[in-house]
Amino acid sequence: MTHSRRGTAVAWLLLAPALLLFLYFKFIPMALGLWKSFFKVQPFLGDEWVGLDNYRTIMTDDAFAAAVGHSLLLAVGTTGGSLVLGLGLALLIEGPARYLWFVRAAVFLPVVTTMAAVAEVWRIMYHPADTGLLNTILGWIAIDPQPFLASEHSSLWSIMGMNIWRGAPYDMMIFLAGLVGIDRTLYEAAAVDGASTRRRLLHITLPALRPVFWILFTLAAIRGLRVFVEVYVLTNGGPNGSSEVIMTLVYKLGFQRNELGVASAGGVVLFAATLALTLVVQLMRRRQAK
Amino acid sequence: MKSDTVRFDTALGLDAKKGPLAAVARFVLYAAMILVFTGPLFGLLVSAFSTTLDPTAFTLWPDELTLENFAQAGEKNVYLYLLNSFVVVGFGLLLQMVVSVFAAYALARKRFRGMTFVLLIMLATMMLPEEIIAIPLSLVLADLPLIHANLIDTYLGMILPVGAWGFSILVMTEFMKEVPVELEEAARIDGAGELRTFFTIILPLCRPALGVIGVFGFTMIWDQYLLPLIVANEPGHWTLPIALRSLRSDEEVGIGVLLAASLLALLPSVIAFLAFQRQFMRGLTSGAIKG
Repeated sequence: MTHSRRGTAVAWLLLAPALLLFLYFKFIPMALGLWKSFFKVQPFLGDEWVGLDNYRTIMTDDAFAAAVGHSLLLAVGTTGGSLVLGLGLALLIEGPARYLWFVRAAVFLPVVTTMAAVAEVWRIMYHPADTGLLNTILGWIAIDPQPFLASEHSSLWSIMGMNIWRGAPYDMMIFLAGLVGIDRTLYEAAAVDGASTRRRLLHITLPALRPVFWILFTLAAIRGLRVFVEVYVLTNGGPNGSSEVIMTLVYKLGFQRNELGVASAGGVVLFAATLALTLVVQLMRRRQAK
Repeated sequence: MKSDTVRFDTALGLDAKKGPLAAVARFVLYAAMILVFTGPLFGLLVSAFSTTLDPTAFTLWPDELTLENFAQAGEKNVYLYLLNSFVVVGFGLLLQMVVSVFAAYALARKRFRGMTFVLLIMLATMMLPEEIIAIPLSLVLADLPLIHANLIDTYLGMILPVGAWGFSILVMTEFMKEVPVELEEAARIDGAGELRTFFTIILPLCRPALGVIGVFGFTMIWDQYLLPLIVANEPGHWTLPIALRSLRSDEEVGIGVLLAASLLALLPSVIAFLAFQRQFMRGLTSGAIKG
């Protein structure tokens, strides 16, 4: 009896640092964000209760609506692009040969790179002048120079391009792990039945990868909505707000315009959206599994 | 017979196709892949060592190699930012690993009421995107509740928030559960206390897991952007990733310093990955990666 009570005390003691850090830097900020979203936050005058005004402000703000649209488009495009490209890469690089291990490691490198640094590199490669690296390459295949990040029409797509470059190898690695788990005798049986490679892919490989697909989809969708660093570094929302996403807008509201109450409301809305998205994906997944 | 089994090893059966034409096609395909995914990084490596004032001149082939960009980087305080980054990642990772090992030991070895609740809290922190709490976190850091300390413009402000990471704790917990309890019991019968058992039996057996949480923790802390952006207002406390932006448009030195600094910001996590590839892959496929 005394022994187990002592064990419990030791357990809580060991957990205390983690729980304390989570409390201070995750849960208190979360609660504070929710609390502040109902106030007009004024550093020296004291906060003033405004009820749902901040939410009204943000929900009727055209810039916020546009940012939500951009975040969604970026999330969907990055997720879809990375999944398709990652699956393609995984299928092409699958195999036990030693040199394939080298190819995999090389292709995976973008995933571990520091986002801020890699975004600077892409910003330079995307230079709109016709001497910019990507425009030079486009020139080789007789395509006119593109403005990339500098144009309202292509800024978001250019950010998406870099995100897919960095996201696809990650998906590839997870798909490869899934491919290893597929029962080889199924391939053998399909070959005996005279099935083509295409049919084998459609009826054996892809169905077997379904769970992997859902994991990646959930992770990527959540990650997509909260995108910040790459947009902040590449365009900071410009030109003319064409690539403004929820987090860059919230950041500007909070730290540049000092509208902490409104910014907190924006954070809460983003949190609710993420939660809703997670639930929807889980539901879809469960229905699929039936 | 043998070649037959090889044919069924992959979904597409690409690597089993024989003949010189297939070999050339494979080589071209893989070379193209490597070029697309490492080209920009290789270009950064080369460009950082060449002189240029032209903001478009990002090159894969240098005219001549020079260290000038790195010399000028010193004048722009790049090495101070690099040092700041290392201070944050060094102490942050140390704290994170100690916190994770302690918490994991409790979760893997102790039975107590409230354990499910604790696990739920861990999962909740992993689901919660930290970007969302950025604004209120800045308020908390400026005036810690109860303690009333101001962590803005301090290293602690960048270290403490990354000190506890659900991913590390859960990976460590899973691994510790695999360590046979019999080993500890044997040690206890031999008269070793709990603390000694922990340090001489359990921790050494957990070395592979320590490698996993070490390399993931390193890249996670090194890649922090929003947190130092909130905490470090004074350039003296900037970490390298957030300093890059200010190095962008320097009329005297062109983009050379930016390229050198970007390379320095990239290298540590790339080196960590290359050195600990096995641990990296293990952590990746353990499937619990935080988004």
